Amino acid sequence: MSNRYASNFRGFDYLQLDEQLTTEQKLIRDSIRNWVTQSVVPIIEDCAERNEFPKQLIKELGKIGAFGPHIPTEYGGGGLDAISYGLIMQELERGDSGIRSCASVQSSLVMYPIWKFGSEEQKKNYLPKLASGEYLGSFGLTEPNHGSDPASMETKLIQRNGKYYLSGAKMWITNAPMCDIAVVWAKNEVGHVVGCIVERGMPGFTTPSIQGKWSLRASITGELIFDAVEIPESHILPHAKGLKAPLSCLSSARFGIACGALGAAMDCLHHAIEYSKERTQFGKPLAAFQLTQKKLAEMLTDLTKAQLLSLQLGKLHIEGKITPAQISMGKRNNVEMALRIARECRQICGAMGISQDFPFMRHAMNLESVITYEGTHEVHLLITGMDITGINAFE
Amino acid sequence: MSKLASHFLINKNKFMKFLVCISLVPDTTTKISFVDNDTKFNNDKVQWILNPYDEWYALVRALELKEANGGNVTVVNVGPAENDQVIRKALAIGADDAIRIDVTGDADSFAIASEIAAVAKSGGYDMILLGKETINYNGSNLGGMLAELIDLPFISYASKLDVAGNTATIERDIEGGKEVLTADVPFVISCAKGMAEARIPNMKGIMSAKTKPLNVVAPQGVGSLTSVVKYELPPAKSACKMISADHPEELIRLLHEEAKMI
Repeated sequence: MSNRYASNFRGFDYLQLDEQLTTEQKLIRDSIRNWVTQSVVPIIEDCAERNEFPKQLIKELGKIGAFGPHIPTEYGGGGLDAISYGLIMQELERGDSGIRSCASVQSSLVMYPIWKFGSEEQKKNYLPKLASGEYLGSFGLTEPNHGSDPASMETKLIQRNGKYYLSGAKMWITNAPMCDIAVVWAKNEVGHVVGCIVERGMPGFTTPSIQGKWSLRASITGELIFDAVEIPESHILPHAKGLKAPLSCLSSARFGIACGALGAAMDCLHHAIEYSKERTQFGKPLAAFQLTQKKLAEMLTDLTKAQLLSLQLGKLHIEGKITPAQISMGKRNNVEMALRIARECRQICGAMGISQDFPFMRHAMNLESVITYEGTHEVHLLITGMDITGINAFE
Repeated sequence: MSKLASHFLINKNKFMKFLVCISLVPDTTTKISFVDNDTKFNNDKVQWILNPYDEWYALVRALELKEANGGNVTVVNVGPAENDQVIRKALAIGADDAIRIDVTGDADSFAIASEIAAVAKSGGYDMILLGKETINYNGSNLGGMLAELIDLPFISYASKLDVAGNTATIERDIEGGKEVLTADVPFVISCAKGMAEARIPNMKGIMSAKTKPLNVVAPQGVGSLTSVVKYELPPAKSACKMISADHPEELIRLLHEEAKMI
């Protein structure tokens, strides 16, 4: 179990960034941190090994307020600011990227679009249930043939004889096999992207799971398959117009990922520091060797820079000034940083580093997905490139 | 619930005013050091937390009793303004309001008990709860002092507490077993493990804590009866020697000659 040093985890704050946080933000972070230590850490290695999502955590996530923290309280959300949301994601991912992914999808990709683009009736009907964990949601944008290029999606929502029918398939969908509802994006008759809410049990809607993943094994991933599913008009998101709608959800989720990656990195670095002080070779602790200190010092420096990036993104978010390109920079930088730290920490701990006594391999394998989903590492680079030059190099 | 049953509960259970004494202690990972010729604890870079016995047992049990029977839970802390953000955690967990007695300098148990006594006397509380000890000084003497100052019974080291009407039933762990006793409110009680399960504040609790009253009151100015002459750290752990089980005579020799234990 990777709880060897979990009880004395206190995070990293080399530049005293805590001074920038409010009392509430610190309490929020510490509460989620304690919950992760208590509920996630003791079981997560086992769940990852068995490729099983700990379903019992869904209600707990709802109870503690990790679902829809940034959704207004009138709809059951937490009414929290972006920095608080980011801190929640950071602490959840300290536990596991799969747990963070579950909360991230529920909050930013299911609750956010219903709140942003849904009717009042849809908001009142779904958001409180999603906030409490009574309902689990998924988000259908990626398709088997269209990942980085969602504009070419093939799923269709077509009106026929006064009724709407959804046909197509979505792939690599977090939570899909367990979801009660799915927010699905499809093209209408004239090729415009529209969004709708599909409920489990609707005839023609199935959610097979994807097996054989070496990543996010404590999270459940699957497909959403629509075989001419009849969608009542009351399930179409009335205010979602065009591809910008799902992309705005991704911006919200990507900010959470940029913050979440800090948690995975912190967990790895904490374990590597503690172990390197304990493990003795050639008559002295690993931490006494210059090569180890170089690695630890560089990792702490990279982590601290990433923390600054996240904090500033959070501030810009609160002030309403943030741009999708800025979020791309944060997601790209922080996930790559976390993956590098997970690998380097594994190396410091030698053979022990590959075992389940330490979280490195699990985090590293998870981060291989995180660096790809919600905009690949390469696509985010091109977004920054386009922002600098004004030239689109995607095609 | 039938009308008769709800009527019975209303009569049976009294709306109670709880006062929970909360203290701040260094986080358990704090590296302890001293300044001023080892006469003062070094506060530099110390992360302060709620004393776990106050938080996990006294506060949570008061909240549970309030939730079951109705009532009001006030937390009280003696200390400077920097304590406010930790006091907010007690409000986030569920306390209704807080009082901070604005003492800025050092204060021993008697000074703290005297300050809380002033608040407790004027508040008309039915039950005053606190942890069995603080995890920094482990004095366990505040409850007894406080009870004496306000002329109330004191029950120490309680591991279970139930209330029906004005009467509480309390379990205490004693040497080799348990003691069960009853006491009528009001009283002072110190709480130990077993009393309740720790609660993690949720997001709604944290946000509602922001607007709950945290009243700052001026201290009575009661001085300490004791003063610290010196602090010392425990001796550093010496290296561990492994003796093969095949050579017990070597163990005997070392215990006799080096450790001088036998």
